Amino acid sequence: MLYREAGQFKTNYAEDMAIFPIRQDRIALAILLGIAFIGVPLLASFRIWPFRTDYLLWAILLPFLILALAAIGTNILVGYCGQISLGSGAFMAIGAYSAYKLATGVHIPLAWLGFAIAIPPLPVLASILLGGLMAACAGILFGIPSLRIKGLYLAVATLAAQFFFDWAFLRLPWFTNYAPSGSVNAPELDFFGMIVRTPVERYLLCLLFVTVMAVLAKNLVRGNLGRQWMAIRDMDIAAELIGIRPLYAKLTAFAVSSFIIGVAGALWAFVYLGSWEPLAFSIDRSLELLFMVIIGGLGSIMGSFIGAAFILIMPIMLNVIPTELGLPLSTQTITHLQFIIFGSLICYLLIKEPHGFARLISIGKEKLRLWPFPY
Amino acid sequence: MASVARNVLILAAALAGAALSAPAAAQNEQFIPILSYRTGPYAVNGAPYANGVVDYYNLINERDGGINGVKILIEECETGYATDRGVECYERLKSKGPTGAAFINPLSTGITFALTEKTATDKIPIITMGYGRADSKNGAVFAYNFPLLGTYWSAADIAIQYVAKELGGFDKLKGRKISLLYHDSPYGKEPIPMLQVLAQKYGFDFTPIPVTHPGVEQKSQWLAIRQNRPDYVLVWGWGVMNSTAIKEAAAVAYPRDKMIGVWWSGAEPDVTPAGDQAAGYKSLMLQHGAGKFLVHADIEKYLYAKGKGSTEPGKIGEILYNRGMTNAMLGVEAIRKAQEKFGKKPLTGEQVRWGLENLILTADRIKELGFEGMLKPVSISCSDHEGARYGRVQQWDGKGWKVISDWYTADESLIEPLVADVSAKYAAEKKIQPRDCAKET
Repeated sequence: MLYREAGQFKTNYAEDMAIFPIRQDRIALAILLGIAFIGVPLLASFRIWPFRTDYLLWAILLPFLILALAAIGTNILVGYCGQISLGSGAFMAIGAYSAYKLATGVHIPLAWLGFAIAIPPLPVLASILLGGLMAACAGILFGIPSLRIKGLYLAVATLAAQFFFDWAFLRLPWFTNYAPSGSVNAPELDFFGMIVRTPVERYLLCLLFVTVMAVLAKNLVRGNLGRQWMAIRDMDIAAELIGIRPLYAKLTAFAVSSFIIGVAGALWAFVYLGSWEPLAFSIDRSLELLFMVIIGGLGSIMGSFIGAAFILIMPIMLNVIPTELGLPLSTQTITHLQFIIFGSLICYLLIKEPHGFARLISIGKEKLRLWPFPY
Repeated sequence: MASVARNVLILAAALAGAALSAPAAAQNEQFIPILSYRTGPYAVNGAPYANGVVDYYNLINERDGGINGVKILIEECETGYATDRGVECYERLKSKGPTGAAFINPLSTGITFALTEKTATDKIPIITMGYGRADSKNGAVFAYNFPLLGTYWSAADIAIQYVAKELGGFDKLKGRKISLLYHDSPYGKEPIPMLQVLAQKYGFDFTPIPVTHPGVEQKSQWLAIRQNRPDYVLVWGWGVMNSTAIKEAAAVAYPRDKMIGVWWSGAEPDVTPAGDQAAGYKSLMLQHGAGKFLVHADIEKYLYAKGKGSTEPGKIGEILYNRGMTNAMLGVEAIRKAQEKFGKKPLTGEQVRWGLENLILTADRIKELGFEGMLKPVSISCSDHEGARYGRVQQWDGKGWKVISDWYTADESLIEPLVADVSAKYAAEKKIQPRDCAKET
């Protein structure tokens, strides 16, 4: 009833190509962004429920935003281009460690050449973006096998990236600035002279990154490049016949995806954890990101957000609820229960809606548009 | 009619309000969060430790009615030894209770690293008894970190002292080969710089050998050990890695009595899965070992006799259980000390930190607490957040742990320069102005 397009006419090409052609969608998005950018920080700074403590902001929203960004990156590769990857965690790690190296100053002694490469510490913002760029380079490198192999075989090849970088960041002390324990500390978050310290500032920073990159990604997948990716995904031989170069399409997908994942990794390390070790980006993280994309919806930017929310927040909710209700269960039982419930939920969801939450929502939208005529 | 409806509405609203505000905590309670892991790859070691912690807090509530009348309120949060879950737990629990968390025991070196900066901002002490970052002993830089009763650098030094004694003097170390089999995480890497310093000083050949998490895959490491035949293997493992190391040592016929585990590699779950093969295996003791002391009698009387214990009665007095208890006791004593200054009421983290920094446990006090035989005197100060640097060596004879050495004290003159160096680097990186401990009271 409320969701009807009657009376909304498109009179030029620009309107026809808008990201959100329906007015109600635009309004909903504006409200959502308003809440995210103004409402949440306001509530948090005045400590109004549910932001009475930092918990919601720091332990839920912050990781949600960063993992949603990483899920967008994974979705571009897996969902839009059809290249199954198990190396997302590694690309997050590359983003994190490159950003760390750049923000603390790079020094490569080339004794046999008689000189050393020395880059002074870069500003944090530049380091994070350059960290994404490094991840993009690594992504292209590990994307090259995708020209010969696909599907499960490619998944195994990207697994090699995961193991290689796990090993590298654990074993090569240069990456951790020779930290005795192998755990590194993020430098102070300095953005154009402003130090980002409080949870609200950190949240806004991540929100900014996520919003900008989500909009860019959305436009990218709607455009020429995105159509090439999807053509490759749907049938690579047919795509090649109509003039799409698989080399270009696949490697750009790897590059864009790794860039976004790399930035997310840098944010995860710098903004959320503050101090980390390679275990923070282990194979578990890669699998988690893949699950987010599958649950949320392959080939959907919005689905990445929903998937991230489901995979990240659901277990925490299942963990918190019994305690809040005062049920006398031991943490052990709660954790086991959480695994059972979470696993069954995923099974149920995938049977009921194999294309994820995003598909569920678009079905709902279609129904609303036709309401009350169910044809 | 309208007024009746309005009255009903007001009544309903009042009831709803009452229902919402009902769970508000009693005001005379001190909240202590417990980060534990009873599931996941390290659960076998995490669970007995957590039981010890919970039992001691419950004992204080049951026997004494709290700390000077202030009841202890606890809540457990399962981390599964994962750093990001640990951070989530910390955020969830840090502001519960009337005054927020008194202190936090992360029980993981990784979580300790991730929380170090946050706890300093939130002003909540982070107690890492026998683990954590060794440089945080320097309270001038790490104002809120307390690696009580020994760090991994102390442990490394004690292990080498023991080896020297067994060989017949420090001069006999020259030219010997000592390997470190370590868990490839901040926990396992922490002793390396100290062992390098020691290797240089005494002239032994030091080889670090990493084992990846969780540590069940050690074939190639033991192949290297078999080829290299080190005189001693130090084991810095946790959970299943320890028992696997013992089994692999047996498989390559490496003598178990030449293996020395750190105190986290020397509990019952580490040796029992290896069966007879574990006989002869040695490990350091974090002061206490296995066994029951006076305080255990109270725990049995006030908790287990009433069915309020958290584990099977047979497990009381196991090493990790005792360690959990000791950890909880130090926290309780810190709160007690802080109450002397700030009054007998729930305290904030900042106040408890004062208690920790001024905590002195004399032999008499330890006896009073029922910990005699488990602990040597502890004295914590602003500049020394470690408090004590003692250790002994124990050996598994196939059935139980036997103490086989005298007390060792870690060599301050070797550790101090390293602590100063690494913590100064941290202070520079984080732009921390070190406190002047001479001026603090």
